[in-house]
Amino acid sequence: MPRDNSIVVEQLVREFKKGPRAVDGIDLYVAPGEIYGFLGPNGAGKSTTVLMLTTLLPPTAGTARVGGYDVRKEGPKVRSVIGAALQEAALDPLLTGRDHLKLQTMLQAIPRAERKPRQNELLDRVGLTDAAGRKVGGYSGGMKRRLDLALALVHRPSILFLDEPTTGLDPQSRTALWAEVARLAREDNVTVFLTTQYLEEADVLADRVGIIDHGKIVAEGTPTALKEEIGRPSVHVIPCREEDRPRILSLLTRFGEKLGDDRDLAVRLRDGVGMVDVIRAMDADGVVVDDVELRAPTLDDVFLAKTGRTLEGAATGQDGAPVR
Amino acid sequence: MSALPTQIGALAQRSILRTARQPASAIPPLIFPVALLLMNSGGLKASTELPGFPTDSFLAFALAVPFIQGALFSTMNAGTDLARDIQTGFFSRLSLTPVRGSALLAGQITGIVVLGVLQAVFYISVGLLLGVRFAAGPAGIALLIVYAALVAVGFGALGSFLALRTGSGESIQGLFPVLFVFLFISSMNTPRSLIAVDWFRFLASANPVSYLIECVRSLIITGWDARALALGFGFATLLAIVSLVAASWALGRRLERT
Repeated sequence: MPRDNSIVVEQLVREFKKGPRAVDGIDLYVAPGEIYGFLGPNGAGKSTTVLMLTTLLPPTAGTARVGGYDVRKEGPKVRSVIGAALQEAALDPLLTGRDHLKLQTMLQAIPRAERKPRQNELLDRVGLTDAAGRKVGGYSGGMKRRLDLALALVHRPSILFLDEPTTGLDPQSRTALWAEVARLAREDNVTVFLTTQYLEEADVLADRVGIIDHGKIVAEGTPTALKEEIGRPSVHVIPCREEDRPRILSLLTRFGEKLGDDRDLAVRLRDGVGMVDVIRAMDADGVVVDDVELRAPTLDDVFLAKTGRTLEGAATGQDGAPVR
Repeated sequence: MSALPTQIGALAQRSILRTARQPASAIPPLIFPVALLLMNSGGLKASTELPGFPTDSFLAFALAVPFIQGALFSTMNAGTDLARDIQTGFFSRLSLTPVRGSALLAGQITGIVVLGVLQAVFYISVGLLLGVRFAAGPAGIALLIVYAALVAVGFGALGSFLALRTGSGESIQGLFPVLFVFLFISSMNTPRSLIAVDWFRFLASANPVSYLIECVRSLIITGWDARALALGFGFATLLAIVSLVAASWALGRRLERT
């Protein structure tokens, strides 16, 4: 019988003593082999959700089944089918990359004869073979994250939790990690639950996205569907001369709703209006511009529409997750 | 689930590796007690002329103290290491493996015991090199090493308990001087019978650390003293049991996993 590597959550709640309701009755379903992006600002409840789904924090109410097992009643079974790379690569700076993998293979009960080959395979997969003998304290952020991923994969989990895996990474390291995560889902049918603050990450990687804010899921769907829900594209203009700015803004607002602050020359186009209408109007008025750009809706637009704030603007405060 | 010995072995190995790779924390438990021993045995040599002093070698008398000082250093190191694991999330990483709570504690303490035994061998070697003759002979030295391991279990578990309760390395370091107070109000520098000040003699007699030291001292300068051994092993066992129970309770509280 094939292993059930889905995640099913119903009305999950976590309250902290004298604190906020960090997770406030969320429902979600992640299908086997799916990459689910869990998007939200700091303090939205992402990490608290991950801690509950990985059995490290008991829920206050609600149910969650991970890999077919109840997180509340079958913690050891849940842990046997999941791998997790939690926020901030939790590594020992005095141990080498290989020391970490050796420890993990022993604790994960990998048979003795298979430990070394598994270590080598994972080091090779994450590109750390040459650095395996170096202490982790000297690793770059990207190398630490890759080792973190390798450690999460030691026991061949069918469900992988990645809590903000690319925070602080340079673009090259971020892209490499995305490629490996995508490969795990596509080739090994690993279900991936990925939390992120990065819209691009969710957009590129996730099959479906859930947006959480103040402990509640405010939107869920494929990135394309969510953006289509917002629908209309926006037009962004860079003027040639600063003194034309009020005139251009006045022209633009004939075609849609203004976006951004006073300095931005951007509008969300109304239904039935296209970029060509804007350009024709500028031409007719004799407006000269440096650049005109048509932008499709982004997940930030979705977040703005659902919460009234941009994701960047909402990214203040601390997550409700406890310090562990 | 992997076998408990494998889990304990893996975690003990990590504990030892960590210590070996940070000389700044490995050296103080070896060097400071020996340096204090040498200074005290020079400065307080005249104490041996007190009527009733049990030996004419203050070095032999004071050699017992490093065993307890070293154990106190180990307490701090063990505690700060575990607290750091909690702070950095490494503890959560371990919690996500099939490792048993008992293995987490046992692995940590096994590492401390190994280091405690190495410390004991070092102190004994220093004593022998400086001409101390162990009155209980080779069997006494072997028993001393066993005793050092037992004391390390007690103090290691105490350090683990403090780390699990506070989750902060800084708090452990803040508590360290408090533990040292117990050493200073013990019979570390003078036999209890020769302490002239009544209140100090009373405190030293009420302080279990005095009996931990006197057990070691008996093997070095007296030979086989059943009372001193019983008191020393008794208090060391009691400390180990109480600390292990407290650490297990604190681990249960810290390990919230379902």
